[in-house]
Amino acid sequence: MALTKAVMADRLFEELGLNKREAKEIVDSFFEEVRLALEKGEQVKLSGFGNFGLRKKNQRPGRNPKTGEEIPISARRVVTFRPGQKLRARVEAYAGHIEQ
Amino acid sequence: MTKSELIEALATKQNQLTQKDIDAAVKTLLEHMSQALAAGERIEIRGFGSFSLHHRPARTGRNPKTGETVNLPAKHVPHFKPGKELRDRVNLDA
Repeated sequence: MALTKAVMADRLFEELGLNKREAKEIVDSFFEEVRLALEKGEQVKLSGFGNFGLRKKNQRPGRNPKTGEEIPISARRVVTFRPGQKLRARVEAYAGHIEQ
Repeated sequence: MTKSELIEALATKQNQLTQKDIDAAVKTLLEHMSQALAAGERIEIRGFGSFSLHHRPARTGRNPKTGETVNLPAKHVPHFKPGKELRDRVNLDA
């Protein structure tokens, strides 16, 4: 089963003794704060985990896959994630099946 | 923005938890996420995105200094796919 915000909040309740509402709020605010920084064009560096950054993409030609009609894909910003050394090393060793 | 700046920002926006609580919460959260990925588990945050593992097959590499060939075993790498809300919000000014 995938890790979700609800499971993260449960962990904060169990490990840190935050009450359920506080735990849920801090998990929500954490992800919101990352979104706000990225929205402002700011990189977010979470040492030990990884960095979220932004890349500019120029306009490029695209196609509607259903109709085959040519339509330009407008210039945009996309969020990138670069995992840190520590996370890479921990994940590299994983030998089992990937949960899809 | 760094981890400590993020913790400070969270602390200024609310008044129930101490900065120490928030610091512990953020660290626990990131450790939980790392543990999940290290166990091959996906992470799904609606409106933010999902993290999963991508498989990299074994390959023979070369030490660029010595030219020596080295066998690199198969491995997994973390991958992040931004969710719809995040994709849209970084393009609000566009």
